[in-house]
Amino acid sequence: MRYAMAVDTRKCVGCSDCVVACQTENNVPIGFCRDWIVEVTNGTYPQLEMELRSERCNQCVNAPCVRCCPTGASHIVDGGIVLVTHNECIGCGACMASCPYDARYPHPDGYVDKCTFCIHRIKNGLSPACVAVCPTKCLYFGDLHDPNSEVSVVLKKRKSKTLIPEAGTDPQLYFLI
Amino acid sequence: MEEELIVSGRMNQMIDPHLHIWHWQISLYLFLGGMAAGILAIAALYFIRGRENDYKTAVRITPFIAPFLLVIGLLALFIDLRHKLFFWQLYTNIKLQSPMSWGAWTLMVITPVSFVWCALHIKDIFPNWDWKYKWLYDLEAFFNKYKKALAWVMLIYAIILGIYTGILLSAFNARPLWNTSILGPLFLASGLSAGAAATLVLSKDSKERKQFARIDLVLIGIELFLIIHMFMGFLASTQVQIEAAQLFLGGQYTMSFWIFVVILGMLIPALLEIMELGKFHIPVVIPAVLVIFGSLMLRFIIVYAGQVSRWLY
Ligand code: SF4
Ligand code: SF4
Repeated sequence: MRYAMAVDTRKCVGCSDCVVACQTENNVPIGFCRDWIVEVTNGTYPQLEMELRSERCNQCVNAPCVRCCPTGASHIVDGGIVLVTHNECIGCGACMASCPYDARYPHPDGYVDKCTFCIHRIKNGLSPACVAVCPTKCLYFGDLHDPNSEVSVVLKKRKSKTLIPEAGTDPQLYFLI
Repeated sequence: MEEELIVSGRMNQMIDPHLHIWHWQISLYLFLGGMAAGILAIAALYFIRGRENDYKTAVRITPFIAPFLLVIGLLALFIDLRHKLFFWQLYTNIKLQSPMSWGAWTLMVITPVSFVWCALHIKDIFPNWDWKYKWLYDLEAFFNKYKKALAWVMLIYAIILGIYTGILLSAFNARPLWNTSILGPLFLASGLSAGAAATLVLSKDSKERKQFARIDLVLIGIELFLIIHMFMGFLASTQVQIEAAQLFLGGQYTMSFWIFVVILGMLIPALLEIMELGKFHIPVVIPAVLVIFGSLMLRFIIVYAGQVSRWLY
């Protein structure tokens, strides 16, 4: 089992529905977010190209946040999802400093929080809230080890990239280009 | 290089646009830990080499500062934790891959050791000291009997502590400025140098002061070498590391780094110490205080600048 997500950068319109759905689903405190939209312009004028990306924790296989955590609060569960156990976290911020994607935030209650791929939903056979709500259906989710899962199929069909592969974190959030 | 302009983003407080999670508490903690490590390592080393009587201040008096430094440092660290009630989780886990974890355990060993070391020398400061209870006298006798072993433990853990203050940062691959193995030795040298400076201030014996001025000079030389080495490493590396180095070579932290850390904290005290050794009369407090100040600034600037440096994507 290896959960992964693919984001179609050509279909994403940057409406931020995924962000709002996540905030509602996961009770994310106001002013923070677990996923976000990045609008990027590449190239040199006049050859410019815009890309829209819905980003979140990359659920890295080689997760530096888990390695740096002194208490074991940050850990990897079956399916490769990186989670934080709230009452083991001391809020030292080591994981935030170690994440090259800045995917974590300090929850006002003290612990550090981040995207969980909506593990509570996928356990019940649902898709993550962001995936379920996306109006352009540009988010694909599933098990990479299952060749027939949505995410495996689309990754086979399309070209994709990951973010900062050179940081060596082996991210599992793919961007279809 | 292709430019990526992030136009719209997220609103992760304390992360965007720059990571701002570690403030003065962490810098102070790294400085105090480093200086305590320096003091204790020097004391242990001279004791083990049987030079206790030549360098009385370094072995017997200066270590009295160390427990204060360590306790204040721990306090600063505690203040920094956001989930304070769970701090004990640090001591129910041993995570070898997490520098913060082994830092916590190192402090757990060295703090009591530093207290014991002071207790063994308390009569040097308060000649009429009375332990009052017999078991305290027994304990003192016990530690006195195994003082050499104690000194070895202190030496080893002090060195680990000194290196750890640098490795804590260098383990963060996500912050290119920190991600260099030079930080460990650099912070160790800087801590030792601050420790030697403390003895320089406290010692009344001119032979001892000369020796510590010499030690400080060597350490400053090592630090300068390591700093040059660090920049060479950055500049020969990837784009993100080149950009990290540029924070100090024309960027945002250039002035503060070169003026406070290198010129005021290293070059001027080195010059003053050379003049002092060459028989000019200079109050030793000046170079010593400058060295300690430089060591503090080094931590502050590296901690803050590191959080500005990042991967581009
Ligand atoms: S994206 Fe960041 S928080 Fe998520 S697993 Fe990777 S390093 Fe950890
Ligand atoms: S803030 Fe919490 S989850 Fe992050 S490293 Fe510290 S203890 Fe672990």
